Amino acid sequence: MTSPAATVRVAGGQGFWGDWLEAPYRQVTGGAVDYLMMDYLAEVTMSILQKQKSRDPARGYATDFITQMERILPTTVKRGIKVTANAGGVNPRGCAMAVAEVARRLGLGGRLTIGVVTGDDLLGRLDGLIARGHALQNLDTGRPLHDVRDRVLSANAYLGAAPVVEALQRGAQLVITGRVTDTGLTLGPLMHAFGWAPDAWDRIAAGTVAGHIIECGAQCSGGNCLKDWKRIPDMANIGYPIVEARPDGTFDLIKHPGTGGRIDVASVTEQLVYEMGDPGEYITPDGVADFTTIQLKQAGKDRVRVSGITGKPATDKLKVSIAYFYGYKAVGTLVYVWPDALEKAKAADRIVRQRLKHLGLQFEAIHTEFVGANATHGPLALQDVDVAAIPEVQLRIGVRARDEKPVDRFTREIAPLILNGPPSVTGFAGGRPKPEEIVAYWPALIDKRMVQPAVELIQV
Amino acid sequence: MKRKLVELAHARSGDKGDTANIGLIALKPQYYPLLVKHVTAARVARHFRGMITGKVERFELPNLSALNFLLHGALDGGGTISLKTDAQGKVFSTALLRMEIEVRK
Repeated sequence: MTSPAATVRVAGGQGFWGDWLEAPYRQVTGGAVDYLMMDYLAEVTMSILQKQKSRDPARGYATDFITQMERILPTTVKRGIKVTANAGGVNPRGCAMAVAEVARRLGLGGRLTIGVVTGDDLLGRLDGLIARGHALQNLDTGRPLHDVRDRVLSANAYLGAAPVVEALQRGAQLVITGRVTDTGLTLGPLMHAFGWAPDAWDRIAAGTVAGHIIECGAQCSGGNCLKDWKRIPDMANIGYPIVEARPDGTFDLIKHPGTGGRIDVASVTEQLVYEMGDPGEYITPDGVADFTTIQLKQAGKDRVRVSGITGKPATDKLKVSIAYFYGYKAVGTLVYVWPDALEKAKAADRIVRQRLKHLGLQFEAIHTEFVGANATHGPLALQDVDVAAIPEVQLRIGVRARDEKPVDRFTREIAPLILNGPPSVTGFAGGRPKPEEIVAYWPALIDKRMVQPAVELIQV
Repeated sequence: MKRKLVELAHARSGDKGDTANIGLIALKPQYYPLLVKHVTAARVARHFRGMITGKVERFELPNLSALNFLLHGALDGGGTISLKTDAQGKVFSTALLRMEIEVRK
């Protein structure tokens, strides 16, 4: 290995599958970066991809990633920027093959090595694991996976940074993974570049925190930032975040010059507390970070220095993300208008519920919200409001059941209200709501020894 | 005098299953002790009465002048199961900012 770099820049390019398509290109062309990391996998994404793969074995990965790579590969190869992405979903090898084909078409044959990380997919091994005493109990309810075994659609262990590091060390310029943690996609490059040992717990924690800050894209650089939000400049051109790390584990959060958004202590703090559990124990496969040790300091315009982070050894477990079929739901909406908008919507809700009851339909839940009045703040919302003055309210009724039949019947109970319910109602242009399959999430733990990550290289 | 939290703090929230978290961050470091003193887990549980079915936990982050709250049973099952508009608890944080606390002038 060459001597460790003085600083290394890891740019965040996608915070989820569906994030801004312009961001990755801007990140690799807007200024100097060494790595680009892209996060594609939310909890239910894996089950959607598993379904696609069952229909076509060549599918099962984030297809947008291929288009994205077609656009940025010429730049990343020319500038020597390495890319880490968990876009491989449940078919990292298929994803890599598709990227390789694009690369050859771009004339990059012989100039690109792709690393493929697998080993996270446990779907085909579930029965064996259960038989050998791994109950895969639901972390929230304590129930064994056996309860829903016949409805399981996908099961993936969260891998950490280790296989990403291995792929980089063996010469990969592009690392495509399945269910690798979001943070591992940033920590991996830093461990590789600085030669951090897997048990350098404070460094591991620092790289993990760096990864957590940029894993949601612009949500740390001014996007969705409440403090002084009106004064955040040029959001149309928002700059996605870049970690500028040093070998000692301290790092700065920055963005490219000339971009919009804002990087300050407030914007970074908001991202740090996002989805936070116990801040003393942020657990990943790589180690346990203590968020109560993080020190933030404004070190220049749009530059926040992060230091002081300590960590503890990794646990002997990996988290497993399991998706299973749960049932059906549907949501119907109508808009009621002044005068008495809220009162009319409430009357309509009572009517629907009465009719559903008369039909003898069984639901696990019926949930009503009055959007524009109390949908998100509940009873807190109307404390200082002149209810009679509310100009319009969207009635939003949702139902959930294990069977499709009552849900489907419910979807036919919304439109009739237009003619046979309270007055001044509109907003049904979208037509009858559609019953939707619910794929639910089953979080579990498994012994680390049961999961062996594998790295494979593809020469383009 | 009474002051709304929105004048003293900013906040962001997210989800873990059926649990919503709220990170409450002092707008100025000198406000942080006020938050620690007044915005207790019990007070937050009362504030969200009728909106959550489980308990409230609180964690302190003096290094960030922030408190983190976990609101259990806040999301009608959470994720894809939930029938709520805010199924992932993204704006629970703003509901907390409606709370009023007693502040000495």
